[in-house]
Amino acid sequence: MKIHEYQAKELFRDKGIPVPEGKIAETAQAARAIAGAFETTVAVKAQVHAGGRGKAGGVKIAKTPADAYEAAERILGMNIKGSVVRKVLVEKGSSIAKEAYVGITVDRSAKSILFILSAAGGVDIEEVAEKTPEKIIRFRTQTRSFPGQQAAEAAGKLFDDEATVEPVLDILRKLFALFVETDSSLAEINPLVLTSSGDVVALDGKMNFDDNALYRHENIAALRDMGEENPAEIDAKEKGLSFVALEGDIGCMVNGAGLAMATMDMIKLYGGNPANFLDVGGSSNPEKVVHAFSIILSNPDIKAILVNIFGGITRCDDIARGMLEAYDRMSIDVPVVVRLTGTNADIGLDLLKDSPLIPASSFSEAVTKVIEASGGKVKEMT
Amino acid sequence: MSILIDENTKVLVQGITGRDGSFHAGQMIEYGTKVVGGVTPGKGGQSVHDVPVFDTMKEAVAETSADASVIYVPARFAPKAIREAMDAGIKLIVTITEGIPVLDMMEVYHEVRERGIRLIGPNCPGLISPGKAKIGIMPGQIHRQGKIGVISRSGTLTYEIVHALTGLDAGQSTCVGIGGDPVVGSSFMDLLPLFEADDETDGVVLVGEIGGDEEERTAEYIADHISKPVFAFIVGLTAPEGKRMGHAGAIVSGGRGTADSKMRAFSHAGVPVAGTIDELADITVQGLKHLT
Repeated sequence: MKIHEYQAKELFRDKGIPVPEGKIAETAQAARAIAGAFETTVAVKAQVHAGGRGKAGGVKIAKTPADAYEAAERILGMNIKGSVVRKVLVEKGSSIAKEAYVGITVDRSAKSILFILSAAGGVDIEEVAEKTPEKIIRFRTQTRSFPGQQAAEAAGKLFDDEATVEPVLDILRKLFALFVETDSSLAEINPLVLTSSGDVVALDGKMNFDDNALYRHENIAALRDMGEENPAEIDAKEKGLSFVALEGDIGCMVNGAGLAMATMDMIKLYGGNPANFLDVGGSSNPEKVVHAFSIILSNPDIKAILVNIFGGITRCDDIARGMLEAYDRMSIDVPVVVRLTGTNADIGLDLLKDSPLIPASSFSEAVTKVIEASGGKVKEMT
Repeated sequence: MSILIDENTKVLVQGITGRDGSFHAGQMIEYGTKVVGGVTPGKGGQSVHDVPVFDTMKEAVAETSADASVIYVPARFAPKAIREAMDAGIKLIVTITEGIPVLDMMEVYHEVRERGIRLIGPNCPGLISPGKAKIGIMPGQIHRQGKIGVISRSGTLTYEIVHALTGLDAGQSTCVGIGGDPVVGSSFMDLLPLFEADDETDGVVLVGEIGGDEEERTAEYIADHISKPVFAFIVGLTAPEGKRMGHAGAIVSGGRGTADSKMRAFSHAGVPVAGTIDELADITVQGLKHLT
């Protein structure tokens, strides 16, 4: 789960990590009032989950309240990589002497918590990592205890200034504590700045969390911004389905994430365009199938649907019953191709034999039939 | 032969009185797996499918001298169940449970490693040595005993591959679903040497997914250490890039992790990469033909 910058900064502030003073505004008027009260130059920053906000024009510096009004008016409503900006963070400006980068994440290869630090922070940090990897400091820990020794060494390398070592180390310690206490998957400060008055401040903040651990962090779960998520995806999640909307016109209902991805790949390979990723999961609940149909059909672009089930724990007869129920309860006016294999496939296919569903016996046959049914052209396979 | 499990492996089912645990204990027994008991705290003394239920793993191991366990308990109790199996002296722990927090798994992973215990999963279908035993949730009937090893990050996709191989009369020595979570107990690289050393495995099929750089590192490992033929398939070519994890994710992966990067890594290591599941079965059978 992702949260906004202002929410991450509230967590930072509560933990004692220095952040600029700031307030959230949902209108240009409110932004002007905040800037007026601050009596300084402010930064007006779009609050969206999408990255690349700065480069998209979502961050502006405003010297006067009138400038802040104008900046907020421009940014609010802006569409940044599919997210519409509904809030801006108005923050007291900082006078930056140096910019560094600090990130903590899970390193799946090393099965560790990885610290990434660089004296060269800012928006081009990925380029720094690629072109001058020697400028990136990395160290890891395999437990929830803070790697104090390595952190102390790294803290000395960020700003080339003895007076900053203690404050940087303190920030690393607190950021790590926040990371493990909230089951975070990413805690990032970019940039961490040294101001001209010698303070070390987190100028930006990003935190992501492990969805599997949200059950034990109600305060974090409460930070979820539903407005940032696709309504169909939220609906699917509530119903125990895993769903991602795509651009194509062939709806997919599959059991298992791997097979669902393979189904999308195969549709594409044969010349079609998948409209979604949908994993109905391992359970055999016919009700889930009904929900899956309604979510897929809520997309007006759908021209045909492919149901691809390999029964293991999932029983094909349950899927078949769910599909018949879906036909009873809603109007399904696009062709549906069904391929059932594995546990109770014969019973399932028998149940479907008087229905309008188009049966297919193999994966490739199913993909071919659904592309034809959608009005598309099947690519010749060599 | 086969790897990790066979008809003599004695298995305990942790969470045997739960819905999934009980159902799959029955399925495993039906397949021929030597299920010697189960554990559910507070339910000791009962029996499920005619096997005894114990309160603790210690007691269960003492009574049955089991050497493997399979875990079906809910995510929030699973790390504790793994530690309990480890403390009871179990050498092979298969965790089917999905949804375990990653930091919990990270700590468990290193504890398991230090003690030389093999962990498969979590969030995996388990493993099967066809004709001998299965520990997990895969449908037994699609498998056939033979000489191809299978290692996969995916569940149902593994069934699909096995189904295709069996359809071509190409049986399997052992099939292992290693799980799709960021932290899993055993990787491709942990299992490949076992197949390399197994007399009855002629070649190995790998099924990878987008995300992480395990496939890329595995490709390098194969080039240096594995002499038996290996065949690969990667899913996720059309998956949206989506879930980017800030800059840190990109810095960690350094351009690795995409389906394309994984395919190139395998090709570079001399591992043929199939475009579809049926093609994977075909090239595997063709590639191993001269050995039979």
